Amino acid sequence: MTATSDPTQLSELAARATDNRVNLDFETEGMTLNMGPQHPATHGTLRIVARLDGEQVVSAEPIPGYMHRGYEKLTEVRSYPQINTLVNRIDWLGSFANEVPFILAAERLMGVEAPPRAQWIRTILFELSRIANISLFLGDYGLQLGGMTAGFYAFRDREHVLNQIEAATGGRFHPNYDRIGGLKDDLPKGWIANTHNAMDKILAFCDEMDDLLIGNEIFQSRTRGIGVIPADIALSYGLSGANLRASGVDWDLRRDSCPPGLVYDQVDWKVWTHPDGDCFGRTWVRFQETREAALIVKQLLDTIPSGPVMAKVPRIIKVPEGEAYVETENPLGAMGYYIVSKGDLVPFRVKIRSASFNNISVVPWVARGAYVPDLISILGSLYFILGDIDR
Amino acid sequence: MTLLLASFDPPYWLSTLIKVLVISAVVPTTALILGMVFLFKVMSWMQSRLGPQEAGPRGTLQLLADGVKFLQKEDIAPNGADLFIFKIAPLVVLMSTLLLYVALPASAHLVISDLDVGVFYVMAVSSLSVLGVLMAGWASANKYSLMGGLRAAGQLIAYELPMVLAVLGVVIQAGTLSLNGIVFAQADGSIFGWDAIGNPYILTQFVGFAIFLAAVQAELTQPPFDMPVAESEIVSGYQVEYTGFRFLIFFLAEFATAFVFAGVASILFLGGWAVPWLDTSSDWYYVLGPIVLFAKVMLVSFLIFWIRFTYPRFREDQLQSFAWKFLIPLALVNIVVTAVLKVVL
Amino acid sequence: MPKVPGLVKGLGVTFGEMVKTLKDGPQTTLYPHEREVPTPRARGVISLHEENCTACMLCARECPDWCIFIEAHKYLAPPRREGGKPRQKNALDRFDIDFSLCMYCGICVEVCPFEALFWSPEHEYSEVHIADLLHDKSRLGQWMQTVPEFEAYEAGSEAKVKKVPRN
Repeated sequence: MTATSDPTQLSELAARATDNRVNLDFETEGMTLNMGPQHPATHGTLRIVARLDGEQVVSAEPIPGYMHRGYEKLTEVRSYPQINTLVNRIDWLGSFANEVPFILAAERLMGVEAPPRAQWIRTILFELSRIANISLFLGDYGLQLGGMTAGFYAFRDREHVLNQIEAATGGRFHPNYDRIGGLKDDLPKGWIANTHNAMDKILAFCDEMDDLLIGNEIFQSRTRGIGVIPADIALSYGLSGANLRASGVDWDLRRDSCPPGLVYDQVDWKVWTHPDGDCFGRTWVRFQETREAALIVKQLLDTIPSGPVMAKVPRIIKVPEGEAYVETENPLGAMGYYIVSKGDLVPFRVKIRSASFNNISVVPWVARGAYVPDLISILGSLYFILGDIDR
Repeated sequence: MTLLLASFDPPYWLSTLIKVLVISAVVPTTALILGMVFLFKVMSWMQSRLGPQEAGPRGTLQLLADGVKFLQKEDIAPNGADLFIFKIAPLVVLMSTLLLYVALPASAHLVISDLDVGVFYVMAVSSLSVLGVLMAGWASANKYSLMGGLRAAGQLIAYELPMVLAVLGVVIQAGTLSLNGIVFAQADGSIFGWDAIGNPYILTQFVGFAIFLAAVQAELTQPPFDMPVAESEIVSGYQVEYTGFRFLIFFLAEFATAFVFAGVASILFLGGWAVPWLDTSSDWYYVLGPIVLFAKVMLVSFLIFWIRFTYPRFREDQLQSFAWKFLIPLALVNIVVTAVLKVVL
Repeated sequence: MPKVPGLVKGLGVTFGEMVKTLKDGPQTTLYPHEREVPTPRARGVISLHEENCTACMLCARECPDWCIFIEAHKYLAPPRREGGKPRQKNALDRFDIDFSLCMYCGICVEVCPFEALFWSPEHEYSEVHIADLLHDKSRLGQWMQTVPEFEAYEAGSEAKVKKVPRN
């Protein structure tokens, strides 16, 4: 049984959730299971307090905050280049993607635009971080469901992408490459050809995952029909990214409101949606997105314009007064930075809208009536990263 | 050679002592070999890596090092645990494994106890481990262990039935319950008059073989049937509170049971310790028998572990419906068809 | 009942991978017997070219972790020409980077106006005691030997390749 939308059943579940004697027929007591901060299935230190009736979840409540690092307070006392370094560590699997909306918001306040070559390379790295992030999701979801081999394949093939990011930026996980007005440095010789190779390997990896995991009947029986989130519920809870697209909502910030600074309008690409809102749909959408990202990167690599990678910006960055909010389609969902500047070296306030925080807000709704293994399946398919939830 | 061994007629206490020593040497060794080859090496090769390399030449002594590590750990029990049951639960599981080795023949004479009802004994004794698992799950005073134990109870009992029913087809065809008798029947049998390779029952009982392998996978709580020990959900289920020597006993019991079930599968379906071109009363089997059995066991274990490393796990209710609604009816149909064909042909 | 093909294809994938590992070798490197060579731009350790440093303190100020410790004193250098004024210069007494705090962001390297700091891909310098992770001036100077030459840029780039001072 999965989440229901029948009002009678829902009210009955709600009543059972509050009553200590969960199963009124048998006069049994429910069990409170604490999937605590240390658990293999939560991507990090997320605590889920679940009340169970046997193996069925009656209510589940996520309790984040175990990894709160005080980012928004930190940004009040750090200059813009320093914030750029810190911001890498919010979503640590696709870390270049965290820098992009912050830099774009600052560029909007300063009124500078990066030269075309920088925009191209910025978009390429953005998509590379998307591939790094989501290919790990595919492997990790297999791990959570028991197919441990898929996890190893994901790590193995993600290395190619990380090697390319390291060749260009110097850091595999924390590139710290985006600058207000462009990029830190240009690409080294041979990078384009090597990245083409890496993308071919990623496409081969996608085919392998198709055979090993997505086409596997056991995987499908674990994920089809589980954790269905209808479109209106998804929109009302503020889901974004692949979670929203898997519920049938055709919404992608790269296409709909691409901010100046990224060049998605120069590439021929497709947005993938799935009509059911179940775990399989979310996995499938992300799987297709990985392939699509590899194809986007290949197209961009062939059309990089020549030119400088840095616009004329003063050495000491003082952003003029104002407020700007830029939201981009990050690997985890829609991530946005709202920068309030008073004309200093240091921003007055930076509010970070992270995707995973909204993504897990739907867990209490979707976990009602699910079994414990289904809870794992649902949590895995929602794909959050704790650094993104807690910041 | 027969004369030499015929003259070796030890008194009862000596033969019992030898048998005890053999079992206590063989059981950990087989567990070690299976664990080393499949869990470390073959799994690593399937995952594009090489596995342990440092302990021993090419990492072959890694499990030995792990065993020593487990032995020197502190003996702790959780705070609210039921201590007596907590402590003897692994021993119950190990006991059922040791009892299984008693009936496994490595040759016509190399068997601890040549039982007339070997198959029946094996099936009966293998279900004793359910008790140990339940005891471990309950006595650990941990909600995850309890969930694991309850899942294990349902699963292990559910998959006993397909195992027994799958074996019945072989028994009907062989006409005997004795394990050595089944080996003789396969070695001396013929396929429609062509007796070059004897009559390995896998050819006629392929359905039974598939069901038996699936049931063995479930009895060992290996993926895709490892809900009781689901690593990423309830983190080792009923074994989660066990450390050190007690965990080593669970580990040994799991891999030794894998070996003995693979041994039973190779005896029932692949012809056991006999090779088709050598007569079963030959003396070569004192040496050749164990080697042939070992090779066949490695083959069957490869199948079991290959499936383990590839598939995600079933949910508990899907697992149960797979057993009750698919495997058991299929096994019953297999028995009926075998019985009919045995009478007709 | 599940169709056979999906399950069988998965088995084929793992079996093929096993054969490939046995034939071509694993995808992992057996550290420490084999070592991976990082890219030239990899951020391993920071090295100091002392001649270029004027103790302007920009790197120490911009570091997000405040892990650079600089002490300097002024001295009078002889005039460049005969009869000129003595010039005031800074001499470095102490330039320490505490790598237990450093987050390898590269702001110090980027912000230095005199190009005295360089990245080196050398990464095997772990220590037993955490106090040994404070690299002093001489050790930072020794890392200069491991700094690779700047790579040529990709086609279409307008950036100029900088030179690493060697002496």
